[in-house]
Amino acid sequence: MRAGWSYIGRRALFALITVFIAISLNFVLFRLAPGDRTSALRCQGCTQEFKQQLRADFGLDKSVPEQYAIYLNQTLHGDFGRSFVTEQPVIAELWQPIKNTLPMLLLGTIFSIMLGITTGMIAAWRRNTLADKGTVWAAILFYSLPTQWLALMLILYLAGPLHLPTSDIADPYLAYSNAGAWAEFVDRLKHMILPAATIGLVLFGDYTLIVRSSMLEALGEDYILTARAKGLSNWEIINQHALRNSMLPIVTLVFLSLGFIFGGTILIESVFNYPGIGLQIYESVGNRDYPMLQGAFLLLTVVIILMNFLADLLYFKLDPRVTE
Amino acid sequence: MSFVDAPMTPLDEVHKSPSRVRSLLSFLRKHPQAALGFVILMLFVFVAIFGPYFAPYGEREQVGPIFGTPSGAHPLGLDDGGIDVLSLLIYGARVTLIVGFAGALVAMLVGGSIGIISGYFGGKIDNALMRTTDYFLVLPDLVLMIVVASIWGRSLRNIIIIIGLIYWTYMARLIRSQVKVVRERAYVKRAQALGATHARIIFRHVIPQIAPLLLAQTVLMVGYAIFLETAISFLGLGDPSVPSWGKMIETAFSRSAISYGAWWAIAPPGIAVALVIMAFNMVGTAAEDSLNPRLRVSHLARRHFRLRPLPDKEPPK
Repeated sequence: MRAGWSYIGRRALFALITVFIAISLNFVLFRLAPGDRTSALRCQGCTQEFKQQLRADFGLDKSVPEQYAIYLNQTLHGDFGRSFVTEQPVIAELWQPIKNTLPMLLLGTIFSIMLGITTGMIAAWRRNTLADKGTVWAAILFYSLPTQWLALMLILYLAGPLHLPTSDIADPYLAYSNAGAWAEFVDRLKHMILPAATIGLVLFGDYTLIVRSSMLEALGEDYILTARAKGLSNWEIINQHALRNSMLPIVTLVFLSLGFIFGGTILIESVFNYPGIGLQIYESVGNRDYPMLQGAFLLLTVVIILMNFLADLLYFKLDPRVTE
Repeated sequence: MSFVDAPMTPLDEVHKSPSRVRSLLSFLRKHPQAALGFVILMLFVFVAIFGPYFAPYGEREQVGPIFGTPSGAHPLGLDDGGIDVLSLLIYGARVTLIVGFAGALVAMLVGGSIGIISGYFGGKIDNALMRTTDYFLVLPDLVLMIVVASIWGRSLRNIIIIIGLIYWTYMARLIRSQVKVVRERAYVKRAQALGATHARIIFRHVIPQIAPLLLAQTVLMVGYAIFLETAISFLGLGDPSVPSWGKMIETAFSRSAISYGAWWAIAPPGIAVALVIMAFNMVGTAAEDSLNPRLRVSHLARRHFRLRPLPDKEPPK
């Protein structure tokens, strides 16, 4: 157990240092920007004095180390500045989009896990058959499709026949018509289906290949031979022996991909005009809203670092041998 | 058959290594999948180089109505500006492939040199470089890319550098582990004992050993670079002055090709991207399989998280 705690401690330290580096990188990246924050402001009639005043307000007349210290202090207190566009604090502006994104992300992940485990399992069990080859090719195909293109194709060919909305998060008229909580919930779910399906299909290729290879590895082990010799049925062998042992890489990789798919939501949400964190980033890029970009970048990085840390912990729980 | 009975091979034949072209051909023969990918790639490279000479229309030439439907004269229809989609696709191949190759090259140069330095010198240098790599691996690449692109401005050169900056980490880790193995080999030790300089050992003994692997990885990376190019173009951060497949998807989307039902403006560039990425993957994974011994066990590779399927344990039929 001593070794275990030192492992967890090391991973935690790594996570903390990474957060610190991300914060510093954020500072450096935006310092490298041509001009400074005052020149990003669109004001034609500004006098030189006004600009000087602004620079002093932003603390841009101080030395770089001093600015860094101020920036660090503000960031650690959760102060990411104010959005250029709405002039509200960045944190408050990011909160609602994140709440919108999370359920959609969850739905997509569940979808891809179910699809990935089923097809991967079948492919591994029926190795070298048509089902296996078809699965592998389908996985490679979905892996190669550009995310935003897949989303557009779903709108073109799936939205019509299935009567699904392709834009926004909820029907704006529903709120006025007092349709009730249940109808609103169904409406939200409907708006979520296509973005979630895109996430699911994008991840499906990766998950299937992971499940397949990890199942193949497990199926080659001696305990599977033993299970067969004991006369267990195929289903019992898969469910109780092979799948359980091959879950290890799957579970941790799901955690890792959760962090990364946050980046993918930028593409998906901008196609579906879904008001989540991805669309927020997309709009901030268009508006040159640097404080929002900075805040979102930092936030996503911290989420990913956190997911990595959780994956490490989970891996330790599932397989204590990692400390060796 | 015992060793003694084995027919003797004349020494000069043993030492004669097969020519590069011949070894490439035999590699393609052994991996039909790679051969298919190679053919597709050559086709696209041909289009990229000579495309402008046989493209039916100009890349900025309005030849018909907005979102004109596919017809005999325009097999893939017209886009939002009345420009022939097939011609755009042909012109776009060049930019897309250039970004792919150049981005992968930057990643190879940065990642390769860091990997070699880290693996060869070991110790504190190795530790410092690999920690740095670990931190960069964690950063969300698409978001990092957006931040950098929106700060640096929209140009082809910037996109290439950004792609290189994102993908060097994976390259560095892989090359480092291979260099560590090569470094321990007898001929490297011998060269060291003879007093060869570090530079000489690296260039004469280490790099030739890892070059094939470096090449295979670069091929794989070209596919991801193209993937990233479409993503960044889609977010409106691509180079506005040149046609690329990513930009075609973006303009089709932002000029509401969907409301027009103009599938022909969206589908072709996406299919082209998918074909190229698949082709690079087919060639790259086959090359990787035959060059990287560590892949015999399942491992993490590709974009961020992927276990490649185990090579089948049964002998191939």
